[in-house]
Amino acid sequence: MAKKLMKGSEAIAEAAIQAGCRYFFGYPITPQNEVPEYMSRRMPQVDGCFLQAESEVAAINMVYGAAGAGARVMTSSSSPGISLKQEGISYIACAELPCVVVNIVRTGPGLGGIQPSQGDYFQATKGGGHGDYHLVVLAPSSIQEAADMVMEAFDIADMYRNPVMILGDGMIGQMMEPVEFHQPPKREIPEKTWAATGWDGTRERAIINSLYIEPEVMQVVSDRLQKRYELIKQNETRVEEYKMEDAEYCIAAYGTTARVAKSAVNKAREMGIKAGIIRPKTVWPFPSEAFCKAADQVKGFLTVEMSAGQMVEDVRLAVNGKKPVEFYGVMGGFLPTPNAILEKLIQLKEGK
Amino acid sequence: MLHQMISAGFGGQGVLLLGQLLAYSGMNEGKNVSWLPSYGPEMRGGTANCTVIISDEEIGSPVVVDADCVVAMNRPSLDKYENNVAPGGKLFINSSLIDQKAKRTDIEVYYIPCNEIADQLGNSRVANIVMLGAYLKKTGVVKPETLIKCLEEKLGKKKAHLIPMNEEALKKGAECVD
Amino acid sequence: MAVVFEKTKMLTDVPFHYCPGCTHGIAHRLVAECIEEMGLQDKAIGVAPVGCAVFAYNYFNCDMMEAAHGRAPAVATGAKRVHKDKLVFTYQGDGDLASIGAAEIVHAAGRGEKISTIFINNAIYGMTGGQMAPTTLVGQVTTTSPYGRQKEHCGSPLRMSEMLATIDGAYYIERVSLHDVPHIIQAKKAIKKAFTYQMEGKGFSMVEILSTCPTNWGMTPTGAIEWLKENMIPYYPLGVKKEGE
Repeated sequence: MAKKLMKGSEAIAEAAIQAGCRYFFGYPITPQNEVPEYMSRRMPQVDGCFLQAESEVAAINMVYGAAGAGARVMTSSSSPGISLKQEGISYIACAELPCVVVNIVRTGPGLGGIQPSQGDYFQATKGGGHGDYHLVVLAPSSIQEAADMVMEAFDIADMYRNPVMILGDGMIGQMMEPVEFHQPPKREIPEKTWAATGWDGTRERAIINSLYIEPEVMQVVSDRLQKRYELIKQNETRVEEYKMEDAEYCIAAYGTTARVAKSAVNKAREMGIKAGIIRPKTVWPFPSEAFCKAADQVKGFLTVEMSAGQMVEDVRLAVNGKKPVEFYGVMGGFLPTPNAILEKLIQLKEGK
Repeated sequence: MLHQMISAGFGGQGVLLLGQLLAYSGMNEGKNVSWLPSYGPEMRGGTANCTVIISDEEIGSPVVVDADCVVAMNRPSLDKYENNVAPGGKLFINSSLIDQKAKRTDIEVYYIPCNEIADQLGNSRVANIVMLGAYLKKTGVVKPETLIKCLEEKLGKKKAHLIPMNEEALKKGAECVD
Repeated sequence: MAVVFEKTKMLTDVPFHYCPGCTHGIAHRLVAECIEEMGLQDKAIGVAPVGCAVFAYNYFNCDMMEAAHGRAPAVATGAKRVHKDKLVFTYQGDGDLASIGAAEIVHAAGRGEKISTIFINNAIYGMTGGQMAPTTLVGQVTTTSPYGRQKEHCGSPLRMSEMLATIDGAYYIERVSLHDVPHIIQAKKAIKKAFTYQMEGKGFSMVEILSTCPTNWGMTPTGAIEWLKENMIPYYPLGVKKEGE
């Protein structure tokens, strides 16, 4: 398939279709409207179903129903809408239903603004809804990667019976870049024998449920979920290292911010500062090991985010006090500039 | 090779398309490209802009601060982006709608009467293509043939009859800066 | 010995947890019998609510989903869109459907979603211990309207059937009651009709069932039946509210 120049939101939608997703339930909110708009055009062409729900709350519960019925299903929204979906996401996690949720993050809290942000990191990686659960959270930093991650997200969701989130910022949603759709490496995905499809007596009766009123049973379910999260940590943690072989300073950044950091690292190297980047591609599970290892090599870390400092907490946990971990954040919907990051690197080097 | 540009003007002047055509062409010539539109608050006052990066290397920051080139299709765009041209860079001004001269002296400035030329060609909507003609002539960032091919793909069979006029617009724009 | 009566196979052997005198048990049986009599055992997908019927998935002997509070129509929408040929029904109480889930039920009806809703109206929140519902009658004492529901303070009870009957996408809406045998028989007919219309692809259908809650009403089972007849039916008139386009 030839490369196509596509907007991030549209590439995300097309990737879902290519991955066999035939059900999409959404609700308008900027800056992700191109996802439902694209789906509304495309789904009828592939005998799929696009439905605009009456609210984000309804949309995520339609996802629950379709996922429970055994289908590949997706919804997308932006920060305030994702907050509304949290109840449903928590139920989906407990009912062990596979689905993909896209968050094109805008600024917050509250209605905030519609410009890019990474302020939903805590919400995405630390729960978001109530209870002990985790989403698998993939954070693309290019349109190609967004497409690749969406396609793999469905496989990951099916494999572990767990919701997967695509965490992109407004930049990923709005930007156009060349993209090609590749099927992800083949996985052994178990058949959905648990799905509610109408019961003919040849299997166990399907009960899609998140209510476990007896503590003994709830404990078993909780243990099962936690074991699965451990398995996901082992198998699905993804990280990219850039010029880390001889790095003395390490930038931690994900998504669009990591691209800006690359420009900064290249400038720094021209000035003789040996900098590199560790970019988590999965922000949950967080690639702690990569940071832990780097802590023995580098002199210091600089975490760069479009937030007041959220991922930096995970970086500090991983580095565990071995080396200083500084933070540089921009908020309001602005992107950090390569020069501003470079300046912070110089400060880190000079121990300021 | 790393080429970073900003295209700005009124909504409806085709500045986003101008950028997209550059990005498409760059992609078809085997380069890495990115196209980033402004959205939201920056749209107030009816101005639209996008940034395009064409590069041999993987593209880092998609945001352009020091542009190699800026295209200003209207007065507010010139006011806003003149200072974003890197020293030694190029500034393309649509002189049909902008009656003032550039203030900078450390850059190359070209004045192209895009709307007048487009009107002479019989379609005011190709003003952006006239501008592209001048742009390609001076930057050589992509070949005009590649761009015409992209335009053919974008317009499709139904609007294929518009291609000759667009070719003419590219040529006239190029002649302007000869 | 000849078998003259058998429990429907559409109910599991799990004993109901409902209070003595509660009409949920009757409503469950009617729904189950309809599915069996219509031969839809292997086609049924039920969606349970949050409320007293939260454990309905343990009782109905078919594939079941348990929805978040009020969201059963959205969950059913997702399931029905995937399995267009299946019988998808929700079973919801009045707090679930008329309060927190008001938007979901209205829009499911608005879309003409081909699902059927069994709506249990007992004028109170049962599972949480007898609080005021949107269907609680004016003057009715509950744990959150200890002086009786006051119209000036919190308005009048909602008549969901009449409201939904104004929606184009709703094909069949009927209100029935379980206070005596003739009405129970009528209720069963209504449920069967709702399921039939769904399988014919006609549109959204709902059967509102006036029910008793002796425990939270603070009455004996027979006293509760009398109370329903004397107080609920005058405010919630029985009958077909809509049938056909």
